[in-house]
Amino acid sequence: MKANNFFSRIGRFTLDSITRLGTATRFLSQVLMRSGTSWRRFQLVIREIYSSGVLSLIIIVASGLFVGMVLGLQGYQTLQTYGSAQSLGVLVALSLVRELGPVVAALLFASRAGSAITAEVGLMKTTEQLQAMEMMAVDPIARIVAPRFWGGVISMPLLAAIFSMTGIYGGYLIGVRLLGVDDGTFWSQMQSAVSFREDILNGVIKSAVFGFAVTVIALFEGYDAVPTAEGISRATTRTVVTSSLTILALDFILTAFMFRGA
Amino acid sequence: MDRTLLDFWVGLFVTLGIAALFALALKVSNSEGFSRGSTYTVTASFNNIGALKVRAPVKSAGVVVGRVSAIHFDNKTFEALVSMQLDSRYAFPKDTSASILTSGLLGEQYLALDPGGDSHNLVNGDTIKITQSAVVLENLISQFLYNKASDSGNQSNGGGAANVGVKP
Repeated sequence: MKANNFFSRIGRFTLDSITRLGTATRFLSQVLMRSGTSWRRFQLVIREIYSSGVLSLIIIVASGLFVGMVLGLQGYQTLQTYGSAQSLGVLVALSLVRELGPVVAALLFASRAGSAITAEVGLMKTTEQLQAMEMMAVDPIARIVAPRFWGGVISMPLLAAIFSMTGIYGGYLIGVRLLGVDDGTFWSQMQSAVSFREDILNGVIKSAVFGFAVTVIALFEGYDAVPTAEGISRATTRTVVTSSLTILALDFILTAFMFRGA
Repeated sequence: MDRTLLDFWVGLFVTLGIAALFALALKVSNSEGFSRGSTYTVTASFNNIGALKVRAPVKSAGVVVGRVSAIHFDNKTFEALVSMQLDSRYAFPKDTSASILTSGLLGEQYLALDPGGDSHNLVNGDTIKITQSAVVLENLISQFLYNKASDSGNQSNGGGAANVGVKP
């Protein structure tokens, strides 16, 4: 009897997970199919770019600056041991553009904007605003969900680019201004080592994929939340946890495809 | 929120993001992804290419004139066959020699072209005849130790000579 219970638990867990994945995929296809409104009334998307992009700007710039400065300090310490402190620029730029820029920006985006989206949509569901919209023949997916989706997808690559650039500037501040690496070598070594197509373009592709994943997870968790106060809090937590794990797993897969030969 | 203020902030954000992308493209990376001028391909075979990689720079007089495009192993001559793409703006005599050098003591390896005096220039598909392989540090050290050993065999006080030799 006990073994029976054990197996049925595993079975229920598996079936539930697959059902949830299927529901999320159907939800995504619904969002994509009903996105017409958000392009015709672009003002809706602009409002969402404001709340998920512009409002995340300060945390992105501040974290980027600090991450770059830490990279500058740590990289200098290690490179100095091998007498090659002049390649500090390469280290800072490559690690930011390839990995840290897209990944850390996406993690910050998930906890800053993703959680906000889940809480907002979840509360709309709890207070029956979504049903009210349906009563008035307004499609809540087209009016509420799709603009948030496109706002997130557009904001994320821009945020990652800003993160990388402020990070490189932070590394420059520490490396050149504080520790005395030569100004010209810093930039010229960086330029000769970083390639536009292989490093920067792949970084942008990564951040676009992360933006897509985070926004879909956040919207689905909000739309699917149990309509109680506790349900919303659980959904918000799940958004942050699931999207962080998804970002890291996706990052591994993308890196394996992009930088295998290099 | 007021619509004009909203538009302003979003516009500022998008401009900032695109400016950051442009800065990354222009200031941080070598934007050779854009300007791929016309090139011609020349091959050269080496006994040993060391750690030469595809996309390594080809330099002449220290200026980058092209990139290594492919590296193959020739199973007939047992040599490495290196193809390089040279910028069409630069022409080299037919008796140009190619050697594999290292930038700095531990830096990356590159291909150096040393122009000769022939009146005809290399064209697409030509082969560089005179090549010099990469210096492998282990071979160099073993040669050095071998010479030292034979030196100290000849002299009565070999220890002193070895000390002078080891001095960097």
